[in-house]
Amino acid sequence: MGMQKELQAAIKAILPEVDCVIGWGSGPDPLHGAPLFMRSEDDANRFASGFFAVNNPALFLPEYKGKKVAVVVKGCDARSVGQLLSEGLIKREEVSLIGFPCQGVVDHDKVAAALGEKGEMGEVTAVLEEGDALVLTLRGETVRLNKADVTAEKCMRCQYPNAHIADTFVGEKREPVATADDFADLAVFEAMSLEERQAFWEKEMSRCIRCYACRNACPLCVCRDHCVATSRDPSWLTQADSVKDKLFFQVIHATHLAGRCTGCGECQRACPVGIPVLLLKRSLARSVEKLFAYRAGIDEGTPPLLTFTLEEPTIKERSW
Amino acid sequence: MATLRYLPLAQVPQWLDGLAKSYTVFAPAREGSAVVYRPRAEGSMPELTARPTESAKHVVFPRAHELFSFTYKADPAVVGKRDLTLTQPQDPTPTVVFGALSCDARGFFAFDPVYDGCGTKGLAKDVYYLKRRQNTALVVLACRTALATCFCNWTGGSPASREGADVLATLVNDGLVMEALTPKGEELVSGLAEAGAEQGAAAEASHTAAEATMAPVPGAPLDPKAIADAVLARFDDATFWQAESAGCLACGACTYLCPTCYCFNITDESNGISGVRLRSWDTCMASLFTLEASGHNPRTAKANRLKNRVGHKFSYYPSLHGGRFSCCGCGRCIKSCPSSVDIRRIVQNALAAANVKE
Repeated sequence: MGMQKELQAAIKAILPEVDCVIGWGSGPDPLHGAPLFMRSEDDANRFASGFFAVNNPALFLPEYKGKKVAVVVKGCDARSVGQLLSEGLIKREEVSLIGFPCQGVVDHDKVAAALGEKGEMGEVTAVLEEGDALVLTLRGETVRLNKADVTAEKCMRCQYPNAHIADTFVGEKREPVATADDFADLAVFEAMSLEERQAFWEKEMSRCIRCYACRNACPLCVCRDHCVATSRDPSWLTQADSVKDKLFFQVIHATHLAGRCTGCGECQRACPVGIPVLLLKRSLARSVEKLFAYRAGIDEGTPPLLTFTLEEPTIKERSW
Repeated sequence: MATLRYLPLAQVPQWLDGLAKSYTVFAPAREGSAVVYRPRAEGSMPELTARPTESAKHVVFPRAHELFSFTYKADPAVVGKRDLTLTQPQDPTPTVVFGALSCDARGFFAFDPVYDGCGTKGLAKDVYYLKRRQNTALVVLACRTALATCFCNWTGGSPASREGADVLATLVNDGLVMEALTPKGEELVSGLAEAGAEQGAAAEASHTAAEATMAPVPGAPLDPKAIADAVLARFDDATFWQAESAGCLACGACTYLCPTCYCFNITDESNGISGVRLRSWDTCMASLFTLEASGHNPRTAKANRLKNRVGHKFSYYPSLHGGRFSCCGCGRCIKSCPSSVDIRRIVQNALAAANVKE
């Protein structure tokens, strides 16, 4: 793995200048990576980039306020960093970014579905990457999966695989997968009637356990311990195990992220029960892109919904 | 050993439909990428391949349990006086969980002493919990393999443990070998045909094979007291907990999927003049869990919260309840953690730190 070694060298080079370098290491099984916080060369030797480096390390940056940290970023992670910067939630001089040409990351739900009756992800004892294929070993047999079939949706429409902001860029920049976002994922949903959509969300949200992993995995959900969802004074949501409250929170979450969400998809990935919560945010991101020609995390300047203009050039308020 | 019975897979839906005449039946159902315990739809086949994402604890300990409802009524004779009517909800109906895992069944052992007046200490009993617990029968489906995140053997469990189960069901070929372990279990399976000797042997072989797929306990035999001491010894080691919690999101996925996490919150949810008093799940990973009325919060950082979760399971709880961990090793907290925080690693790191200090 050339890229891995090169990234490790870049990490080791910056270690003396920073409190820590945030990247990825290995997880509890060969299909899972995990965030890794590197402070020594030994730590850096455990760094693992590639298909299983799924977590968005930008999430952790606001926790390190006042300290200088470096972070290894995929293109989508760099968008989150860009958005945090444009909202003043982190300081540019406190963050050093190490970018690389991202080749896409895994979608575990797709792996689980592809394995089907052959076994569960947790039974996989070894994973080999052979070109476009993943070769898994489980129950003493090997299963070949096409990487393309188990790649995250966001990677299939990725316009920014090379971190667009980086202090160090390792490797050659790659061609984007797509030149524009066609929001095809929304088309399927929007083909439904309003009643069908309501029924869809009621069914999906009914298995929500209210763990708020979606919220806590979001790099731009910065209210943290002061979230409207858990505030008791005032109390906006009840503690009832009700679809109404669960959906209410998702709508609040999506609205708070309108024009801020970069589509990293961590909310949906973090959901332990696989609720497609990114859909709501994607819908609002499309509206913001259309109305304000603004791409969160990419375009500089104050995000359009965090400011006020008397006459929005893109919104017809008088000349109907 | 009780008589073994056999239920062909094709007859599972019909058998469960039969049970549903006398019981509320919960069974694992696939929903999206998750497998969750749901009140079973008539005629449906439970998900028996992929292990449930969540534990079955909500059947006995609902996510939001209505303790009672209340209504205020103005007294027309006295200005400002209101009469209060309290209504108790109905007692729970007899319930069967079909397809609980052996770790799910053992998980209730962490609840029992806490909600049953702490055994001989004679503290208050929690009737809400106890009624449901007594009313629920567990048909445990023996695991055929261990997952990378499984560590029930650390806590005295095994893939086909009979502990806490009313019936142990083992998948062999095209059917389930059913072993009743309690009178409650016997009542469920008594109508089934007897299993043949071969089927019984196949079930036994399946248990042995499953056992062989478990990763051995590191440094076996495991010394629970040494673990409890090692975790407690790290109590003031902020650096340790900051490092262990660095990747933690401080969400509640681990605690809410956990078969042994039993903490709750109580709120009155009123809507005008009426409402309900709810007991709902709470999580020590949340800030509000320890927010005091004064405004002071002793656990502001996620490091403090994770310390509590691990400390409670492996040190504080065992010190109060006969040395038993409040962890059944199901591994759901690891498997579903968005950051792959591994509670086994934390315990091992605590042990390693204790060994260095000695």
